[in-house]
Amino acid sequence: MQDTESIHKPFMLVRKKRFNLKQGFFLSLIRMLGFAGAITLFVILFFVAYNGIHVLSWEFITQPPVDAMTKGGIFPVIIGTVALTVFCMIIIIPIGVTTAIFLSEYAKPGLILNMVMMSIYTLAGVPSVVFGLFGLAVFVVAFNFGMSLLAGSLTLAIMVLPYIISTSEEAIKAVPNSFKEASFACGATKWQTIRKVVLPTAMPGILTGSILGTAKVSGETAPIMFTAAAFFTPGVPQSLFEPVMALPYHIYVLATAGTHIEETRPIQYGTALTLIVLVLGMNLLGIILRSRQRKKKAW
Amino acid sequence: MNQVLSFWLVQNLSGNNTLTLLLKRTEEGFPTSGNDRERVFTLKWQTKEKAVEFVVSSIGLVSVIVLLLIGFFLFKEAFQIFYKAGALQVIFGSAWYPTYDPPSFGMWPLIMGTLAVTLITAIMAIPLGLGTAVYIAEVANHRVKEFLKPLIEMLASFPSVVLAFFGMVVIAPILSNWLSPILSEKLPELLKSTNIPFISTTLADFCYDKLFIASGLNISTAALMLMVRAIPVISSIAEDALTAVPRTYREASYSLGADKWETIWKVVIPASVSGLSVAVILGIGTIIGETMIVLMVAGGAAVVPHWIFDAARPMPAAIAAEMAEAPYQSLHYHALFGVGAILFLITFVLSLISDFISKKYRAVRIGEKV
Repeated sequence: MQDTESIHKPFMLVRKKRFNLKQGFFLSLIRMLGFAGAITLFVILFFVAYNGIHVLSWEFITQPPVDAMTKGGIFPVIIGTVALTVFCMIIIIPIGVTTAIFLSEYAKPGLILNMVMMSIYTLAGVPSVVFGLFGLAVFVVAFNFGMSLLAGSLTLAIMVLPYIISTSEEAIKAVPNSFKEASFACGATKWQTIRKVVLPTAMPGILTGSILGTAKVSGETAPIMFTAAAFFTPGVPQSLFEPVMALPYHIYVLATAGTHIEETRPIQYGTALTLIVLVLGMNLLGIILRSRQRKKKAW
Repeated sequence: MNQVLSFWLVQNLSGNNTLTLLLKRTEEGFPTSGNDRERVFTLKWQTKEKAVEFVVSSIGLVSVIVLLLIGFFLFKEAFQIFYKAGALQVIFGSAWYPTYDPPSFGMWPLIMGTLAVTLITAIMAIPLGLGTAVYIAEVANHRVKEFLKPLIEMLASFPSVVLAFFGMVVIAPILSNWLSPILSEKLPELLKSTNIPFISTTLADFCYDKLFIASGLNISTAALMLMVRAIPVISSIAEDALTAVPRTYREASYSLGADKWETIWKVVIPASVSGLSVAVILGIGTIIGETMIVLMVAGGAAVVPHWIFDAARPMPAAIAAEMAEAPYQSLHYHALFGVGAILFLITFVLSLISDFISKKYRAVRIGEKV
């Protein structure tokens, strides 16, 4: 890109001499369009932060809700979201990374590879509420887990699977062939090469993808609505088979279904702010890690 | 057991391998001494390799199995409603009264709700998303790009429930308390005071009738928030497509004396049009499937919307709102799975189309056709 700019500078200078109305108009239009998304993000962030910041306190994040949710904190809600996300990731990262290894190292071009790619592509486009229905039919009813932490984590896991696969595959494909060839030349087998050379080299990329995936998962509401989320639980979940409270669902329920919608508004703002901090914080972490890796990369 | 398993694996995964060779040779009375130990060693790691490949390949098929299972369970649970009430009556039926006695499960209002919301959103989100992509890929300098791209990515993973909450608490009151009086009261008065014959009265009547916003929770508010959801999806895919256009195309255009805008409009965009259309299709898929925003903001009335300020209950909203109260294995439960199955089919078809386009597009990019 740098090269392109320097190459075209002379042309631009010539152009600048006469006023180019058409180009000026369209480019400034594009500039305005380009910033619309970013501005929206800042407006929403500012609004939620402005209304939520005075709600946030140490008590708010360490106390359970009391008095029909109108007072108290959101401690079990945070724990619920963290538990859902952690279990989801424990379940899906091994499967996702193995699939990525299969796609980039073992699969031969042909029907099976096409089928796997096509299903990943399709899974990525399936609406989150459909994953919720699937989780309800399979994990809650057929496997008899009930509305539980486990059912919710499994549903979220299936939802984030295509994302984990594609980011891991990208990380694995970025490992230079010469690394593998060197390993083969030392007499290592394919699996030894993958385990000792490819995976360690790709690990930072895989981790970054997983962090970004975690951010996506923790903000999802629809998949856990019928599989895990409860309006109220007395405390933090004690086992995998208990329903949990979760931040996104908490916002939804308090904002639409409660009997004290106006009274709980501060808590809604506080919960929304907590969720945003959690999701965007993890997102930012992932993005920063990724850009660092790109800069550090020596090959 | 382990040996039996590995023997089985070796036998089944490759016909002509060390073990069978070894066995054959022993049977045929080949001299097996000397290198014997070495052969056994080779056998061991080869077995392990085969076993690993077998395991990795079977885990690799998980996504296929999951997709098949999703399809199977959705249609299994949805079958009842289409069978009992008739597929055509269910899809084109105009009354969605699931809790009445007798209940009526016409999904047409839900489908039209989704269609209306998607149309309004697409009109706003496609130009904005593509514009963002063009700006990031073509216009912005390096520093702005490094600043904007993470922001767009963060917008993509912004929790949709917070967007919906924002729409409910901020946009909806603005529309009903602030915009509606201006558009349906002040504007007609102003128009009437101009006293242009015919035009002023017609326009004023139009404003009275159509620009009055009864409730802020309507499909326009939902579309506005859905737009925020769709912009990052469209722009990130479109940006990839634009960056993939070879630099030589741009240079050729510049060398013919075209300016930047002409190059973008007449060279870069046509060259990447298939990638851009994939971006638009996937963006539309996101809009159709987005649940929380239409659930909380679209108003929830299960009737066919006739105007942009009507309330609607798009398909994902119906599923999310009613699933909790639908008794297990009741007709209502099956009907909601039917809605889910239709939703699944729509996004499946959209994925197929975009996959088809992007495969063609890859062929173009490599230069087979150019």
